Amino acid sequence: MTQEIKLEEIFQSRIDNGEKIEPKDWMPEKYRKTHIRQISQHAHSEIVGMLPEGNWITRAPSLKRKCCLLAKVQDEAGHGLYLYSAAETLGITRDEMTEQLLSGKAKYSSIFNYPTLSWADIGAIGWLVDGAAIINQVMLTRTSFGPYARAMVRICKEESFHQRQGYEIMLGLAQGTQAQKDMAQDALNRFWWPSLMMFGPRDEDSPNTAQSMKWKIKRKTNDELRQQFIDITAPQADYLGLTIPDPALKWNEERGHYDYGEIDWEEFWQVVKGNGPCNKERIDARQKAWDDGEWVRDAAMAYANKKAANRNESKTGS
Amino acid sequence: MTNKKEWPVWEVFIRSKNGLEHRHVGSLHATDAEMAIENARDVYTRRMEGVSIWVVQSKDIVASNPEKMGELFEPAADKVYRHPTFYNLPVELKHI
Repeated sequence: MTQEIKLEEIFQSRIDNGEKIEPKDWMPEKYRKTHIRQISQHAHSEIVGMLPEGNWITRAPSLKRKCCLLAKVQDEAGHGLYLYSAAETLGITRDEMTEQLLSGKAKYSSIFNYPTLSWADIGAIGWLVDGAAIINQVMLTRTSFGPYARAMVRICKEESFHQRQGYEIMLGLAQGTQAQKDMAQDALNRFWWPSLMMFGPRDEDSPNTAQSMKWKIKRKTNDELRQQFIDITAPQADYLGLTIPDPALKWNEERGHYDYGEIDWEEFWQVVKGNGPCNKERIDARQKAWDDGEWVRDAAMAYANKKAANRNESKTGS
Repeated sequence: MTNKKEWPVWEVFIRSKNGLEHRHVGSLHATDAEMAIENARDVYTRRMEGVSIWVVQSKDIVASNPEKMGELFEPAADKVYRHPTFYNLPVELKHI
């Protein structure tokens, strides 16, 4: 036991010195578990996040928009794969993570439980949802666990195109006909509040924050990140000539930040608990992909084994 | 457990351009080497990040033990005379 405490002290001093932790280093069990949970949920979010956007690939309004959206959705798949790999370095298998997603044991970002009803939603997602994700992910490039930080660096490099393509869609609509402007405003109305919820509960309702800050898993609190997002995004909405659906949103000269209204936390917890508009649809889609892909996974493995066996046979034969 | 059916893990190394070394970029699952290279192309070089890919099964990599870090690497720490700055030469001396 004293041995364990000593190791924890050494571990904490390494973190305090700004050292990175690598997979084979000693780490407290809770550090390992927290990372498996956080990284796998982040990975699941990337994968489930492909669904609402994939919904519009066949209906993109032009070939250019279709190419951009395809590339973006493919990136999300890639991001999921970087993150699953990072989590696997901690000793959980890919299949275990998939099982946890499908059984509901592992969560993913609640934002993807909202439907994409119009093309403008693709713009709003790129602008707001990817925008919020970038704020969080830029912070995570400095997180203490090496493989997670490295995956984040790669993801952040790619993510800025996502946000810019989203904003460009919004810009096109905002400068278009009245019907197009209305569509853009409607998308903003529906995605604004869920985007703010992406940063998680208020600091006072986030019991894990203190430990995560101490281990430098997080470097800023939920409310700090949320404020940062609002401060960046409000002027971008003004530029579009769209109105953020929050009557309390107002620049506060004294604080040097925007003030904003109360988030509907009841809605947040409902969606987290599985009662959002699309929770069931999303998991059903992942379950179907997993089940339908089973024979492909098995056949590919059987083929590789057979090829390897043939190679060995011809080697021993000669 | 479905675990047994899981595709093997491969480590991926990419040369970003000729003249530079291959660098480790991450890992992925694939049934064989050929698929590992194809998957690495899709996962790690979507933006022309590479001109050459190496893949090796993770289980074939032998790694040093972090707990033996001291005995492996500390002997180098007190050998400052291996660095050029250890040697005191007059400042007016050029090209050395």
